[in-house]
Amino acid sequence: MKFGWRFRTKRNGSVEIRVADEERQLIAELIEQLRELVLSTSPEGSVDPSIRRLYPTAYVEDAEREHKYQRLMRDQLLERRLAHLDVVESTLQDEELSPEALIAWITSINDLRLVLGTHLDVSEDEEPTFADENDPKQQQRAIYDYLSHLLGELVDAANN
Amino acid sequence: MSHFLPSVTFGGRGAEVESSPVLTGDEVPESLTDEDVPWVVLVWNDPINLMSYVVFVLQKLFGYSTEKATQLMLDVHEKGRAVVSNGSREKAELDVFRLHEYGLWATMQKDL
Repeated sequence: MKFGWRFRTKRNGSVEIRVADEERQLIAELIEQLRELVLSTSPEGSVDPSIRRLYPTAYVEDAEREHKYQRLMRDQLLERRLAHLDVVESTLQDEELSPEALIAWITSINDLRLVLGTHLDVSEDEEPTFADENDPKQQQRAIYDYLSHLLGELVDAANN
Repeated sequence: MSHFLPSVTFGGRGAEVESSPVLTGDEVPESLTDEDVPWVVLVWNDPINLMSYVVFVLQKLFGYSTEKATQLMLDVHEKGRAVVSNGSREKAELDVFRLHEYGLWATMQKDL
């Protein structure tokens, strides 16, 4: 047995993955929850604060163009997100990811981090402290940190 | 199953969400239309996106070398923002959209 790697890039660009079943289960749950969350907000009108970070402003100086951009692009962003979530879901038990599937994993994991990081009000410097160990945010922070680590591994694999 | 993600809070106790920065530029001379002037695409610093991820995205979308993408990422990190591409309004809008697909905090404005 070879130890020490979880993601290994092959010559053809595919990536072998060795991730524990528990991790795959956690990712599956998170992916499903993200799907519910992004589908729960109407593409028209205001975006819920919990996923505001997934739909950034494009035109900062032009409200009219910004309105048009959001009207045209928000659906496309949503569709792309859902397509990537589908790919992750369908490859979650696989031992090898195609380059395309790897991109879907990377973007979906990052979307999860954006949602959780916004919710947790993550900042660059401070390490958070939670006075109450039953604080649900403590668990969310642990998941956020786990996803950050996982994303780093996936990006490294994609760069190889 | 535990619910790890925040629930939808719209209309209720939604947390304050940082909005994109609003810039006040000089007025454009009326003789120039938006299509005549060059536009720039900016990526803004945010505390969530990993440095390695930002470099990866800039390389993937724009074909930049590791060195150039890393320098742009450092500019974003240290100066708060960096111009990552430029061109016509249409091109800039497409670039912004591609960056939004990857979750980067990108905006566009006239390059005056």
